[in-house]
Amino acid sequence: MSEAVNNEERNFDPYAIPMDEKFNVADGFLFEADEQWKWFERLRNEAPVHYCSESEFGPYWSVTKFEDIMHVDKNHGIYSSEGGITIVDQDEDFPLPMFIAMDPPTHDVQRKTVSPVVAPMNLAKMEGLIRQRVCTILDGLPIGEEFDWVNRVSIELTTQMLATLFDFPFEDRAKLTRWSDLATADENSGIVDSEDQRREELMECLTYFGRLWQERAGKPGDDLISMLANGESTKDMLDRPAEYLGNLILLIVGGNDTTRNSLTGGVLALNQFPAEFDKLKANHDLINSMVPEIIRWQTPLAHMRRIALEDTILNGQKIKKGDKVVMWYISGNRDEDAIEQPNDFIIDREKPRHHLSFGFGIHRCMGNRLGEMQLRVAWEEILKRFDRVEVVGEPKRVISAFVKGYTELPVILHAKK
Amino acid sequence: MATIKFVQFDGTEEAVEAENGTSLMNAAFDNGIAGIDADCGGECSCATCHVLVDEAWLSKLAPITEQEDSMLDLNPDRATNSRLSCQIPVSDEISGIVIQMPEFQY
Repeated sequence: MSEAVNNEERNFDPYAIPMDEKFNVADGFLFEADEQWKWFERLRNEAPVHYCSESEFGPYWSVTKFEDIMHVDKNHGIYSSEGGITIVDQDEDFPLPMFIAMDPPTHDVQRKTVSPVVAPMNLAKMEGLIRQRVCTILDGLPIGEEFDWVNRVSIELTTQMLATLFDFPFEDRAKLTRWSDLATADENSGIVDSEDQRREELMECLTYFGRLWQERAGKPGDDLISMLANGESTKDMLDRPAEYLGNLILLIVGGNDTTRNSLTGGVLALNQFPAEFDKLKANHDLINSMVPEIIRWQTPLAHMRRIALEDTILNGQKIKKGDKVVMWYISGNRDEDAIEQPNDFIIDREKPRHHLSFGFGIHRCMGNRLGEMQLRVAWEEILKRFDRVEVVGEPKRVISAFVKGYTELPVILHAKK
Repeated sequence: MATIKFVQFDGTEEAVEAENGTSLMNAAFDNGIAGIDADCGGECSCATCHVLVDEAWLSKLAPITEQEDSMLDLNPDRATNSRLSCQIPVSDEISGIVIQMPEFQY
């Protein structure tokens, strides 16, 4: 977007413009500036199902209330995931089919093949190794000295986790982070210079994983690649390389960006709500309800999109067959009709898991329990070691209306007294 | 009113009295029975209120809808007697029903 206006010169006040078809929330710069909240508040109050006729991503509907989002997510027969689940349309010259972007029945059989790897039984087996890796990372951090939490902790931790799930060569694990960033990069983010570069690097990803597949085909194992290579419904997927790459990207992004940004978000939230941190320090058992609250408060993926398969009505609005419908999870998670004091971070909510961050219905996040486990283990070990993780500067945020996250968070660790 | 017996994965049994019309999920929740998460709050869209219904009672329940079937299908541990407890209304006809909790909710 060459005509992009520098954030500092922009007027981000949503009430400075009329509520009409030009009102557009799908703008990465809005999220980078963390100015999107009032825009969604206005949509929820004035136009909860809103049509935007012009955006970088074409026309789209915004769904911003919790109950309406739930309705769209549940009705997969009307609201299709086929062809893409973000507001960005799939590149027709370089399609990446993945099961999250498919409807039944293909979605169901492919998901079933890989879901056992993140099933609670398997997670229980992995927890020891995950804890060990968390401890090593935390023990290597400096005390009383400023450093970037995103880079040293959040990225490192989630990348190691992902390498564990794929049984990926440990020394090459930084490649996973790169591929994850690449896959979701907004064209304004500076992560890639060109679409050609993105494709080239993604093809390297496919080649690398193609080798791992061939090494593992015929040898059953507990890692995701072995499961795909030997699963009844997926074992011929290597013959459809775009689909293999698509599903890899899904698993890499699903297991990386989300947990990474929730790990950072938790630190930020506890700094913004110090009374909650005091509660936590007095009672470490609250980690269990804090973890889902972090995931709600952060909402690491801001939206999911669907395409209407038929003319339909949603909360009084006429949606036409073929229309793009965006469910703004980030808005539903701040809907006061569904969640009390939604803007506050409260670590002992009665029903902390009643949030939209994992989606609902058949596309509900497959790795939800894994993500929660990683955050739980991380916080258990953080509290054992440090008195405080103090945020000492403004976070830098990702330029994206999809990945709601951080590129930098300066912190200082304080030793336990 | 109906009596419902919940059997935890470790074998602990608890019987509760529930009003007609409520769901098994709510009956468990209202009586502080552990083992059901019910993240979506009874909308048949998260599958975290999964239970195993004692075989003898299965035929007395209304058949599984397409929505419930697709949600149950997400669970690798789905068994022939798997149901979502938010989709089972309490009634006199099911008084005495025995409900087994799974080891995990997904």
